[in-house]
Amino acid sequence: MVFLQVIVGGLLLGAIYALFSSGLTLIWGMMNFINFAHGEFVMLGMYVAFLVVVWLGGGPAVFIIAAAMALLVLGVGIYLSLIRHVIRGPMLAQILSTFGLALLLRYSAFYIFSANFVSLPQTWLAGTINLGGIFLPVAQLVGGVLAIALTLALHLLLTRSAMGSRLLAVAEDRAAAMLMGIRPDRMQMLAWGLSAGAAGIAGALLATAYPWSPSVGETFGLIAFVVVALGGFGSVLGSLYAGLIIGLIQAISAFWLGAIYKDIVVYGLFVALLWFRPQGLMGKV
Amino acid sequence: MIKALSPRLAIILLAAALLLYPLVLSGAFYRDIGVAFLLAAISASAWNIVGGYAGQVSVGHSMFFGLGAYTPLLFYSLWGWPPIAGIPAGIALSIGLSLLIGMPTFRLTGHYFSMATIAVAELIRIFTGTWDFVGAAIGLQGPAIARGWWDLTFRSEVPYYYLFLAVLALLLAVTTFIERRRFGFYLRAIKASERAARSLGVPVRRTKMQALALSAAFTSVAGSLYVIKTGFIDPDSAFGILISVQMVIVAALGGAGTLFGPLVGALILIPLQSATNTWFGGGGSGLTYILYGGIIVLIARFEPGGLFELWQRVAPALHKLLGKRLHV
Repeated sequence: MVFLQVIVGGLLLGAIYALFSSGLTLIWGMMNFINFAHGEFVMLGMYVAFLVVVWLGGGPAVFIIAAAMALLVLGVGIYLSLIRHVIRGPMLAQILSTFGLALLLRYSAFYIFSANFVSLPQTWLAGTINLGGIFLPVAQLVGGVLAIALTLALHLLLTRSAMGSRLLAVAEDRAAAMLMGIRPDRMQMLAWGLSAGAAGIAGALLATAYPWSPSVGETFGLIAFVVVALGGFGSVLGSLYAGLIIGLIQAISAFWLGAIYKDIVVYGLFVALLWFRPQGLMGKV
Repeated sequence: MIKALSPRLAIILLAAALLLYPLVLSGAFYRDIGVAFLLAAISASAWNIVGGYAGQVSVGHSMFFGLGAYTPLLFYSLWGWPPIAGIPAGIALSIGLSLLIGMPTFRLTGHYFSMATIAVAELIRIFTGTWDFVGAAIGLQGPAIARGWWDLTFRSEVPYYYLFLAVLALLLAVTTFIERRRFGFYLRAIKASERAARSLGVPVRRTKMQALALSAAFTSVAGSLYVIKTGFIDPDSAFGILISVQMVIVAALGGAGTLFGPLVGALILIPLQSATNTWFGGGGSGLTYILYGGIIVLIARFEPGGLFELWQRVAPALHKLLGKRLHV
């Protein structure tokens, strides 16, 4: 029974990994660009939730939407002020731009919020429920289910809607998309908004169930790399499966080997993937 | 006036300034900064070989720095060998690790390499912190008092300064040598366009591999020098992400892929870092890294060629301006 509980807990956390990783894979698939600050977007989502609760006394519905909106605006702003200018530049500028951004956001958070761990005050999501002998915190359950639903929604948005077709058209062939009357610049801006917004919601969902400090951004950023590498670059559905798998692997290795080894196992998996299957489960190189 | 400053003269002046620096400015504070400057210049110049010349941006070079830093103290704590004996082992381990990372990722596009470097560096950092054989989270210590000159444990900063300066000179000589050889042209061709380089018959993967191995070897030496001077190492000061960040920012600020770029970057950044630490007191390290992040973003956005390219653009205009004024 304990082991079953570990598995369910891992899958629920993995669902949130899937949500923020789908944002990273969207940017990679759209513009062949890696956002090193993606984990910091998740971290900011957590602090937005925290501030909304502490200052405004908002409930989960309010702070989840607030985190989504705040990060969406931030993502668009970063695209317009920074990414748009470096995307045509040398590789060094592309990598440095978001890498520097990650440092800036991470250490600004350290400076403002200090390195201490914080957690959200109790909301109506507090408490645990008993599912046939498995005890689960309500917040984890709601967060996990909502994350799966949102990741699937993003997948459907990309594959079934006209807007999604426009986004994928730009990803496939920028020039041809322009000839069809699509503005690539606007589509890429939208992708950055969606990507950061997904990270923001994931952060707010994480904040309801887990304590955190400013350094989580680094961990989540690396986890997102591993999820995207496993799921295949550019595949949202792939990152859903991969997120669940990584959550599961982390939970089981923490259970069997001890908590400090869970990240070692996951990063080791990443190196093994690079060697043996760089295209991931569902992607292409 | 600017015309008179020919490259050859500039190098002689630079060499003289570096040689005389600890004799002229003899305070402990200045010597500290001088040694920190040399170490930053060595690390960034080593990074520059693969990150600058070949254009393969590593954001996890701390893994080589850390290997170079750990082996000397590991040899000392295991068998009581002088730390300097661990340098070759550190180099060998770093080259081995560079093969392990380069072989799979250099088949793929450049982003994979960057992602792999950051993940592997983090993997090693966490693993080192849990491994009792290398002191786990506490780390390792070197000889407290020198048992002989071979321990290279000095009270004064001056011997370290000249040791580091010699290594920097060697590294710059190697880089100059590469620049002029076919290998250097290969590297720049790969940076400009990998596909074009391959179609012209450049052995792309092998060249990138060799550049990474050479860079790893010198970065490892930088780590060894650091630890021989401080006599102490722990996972964060060996493999921490900020060690990698400093190499990238120093090289990129001065001009990645140029011989003297890392020196210029270190010349600006190390005094700046020391100043911010003094101004902001103990809590200043956080602000230093906010500053680092800001500088990196600004370089990427406005001046990806670093100060070197900025100077190349500004110098002719300045020359014209000064020339006019002198002639009138």
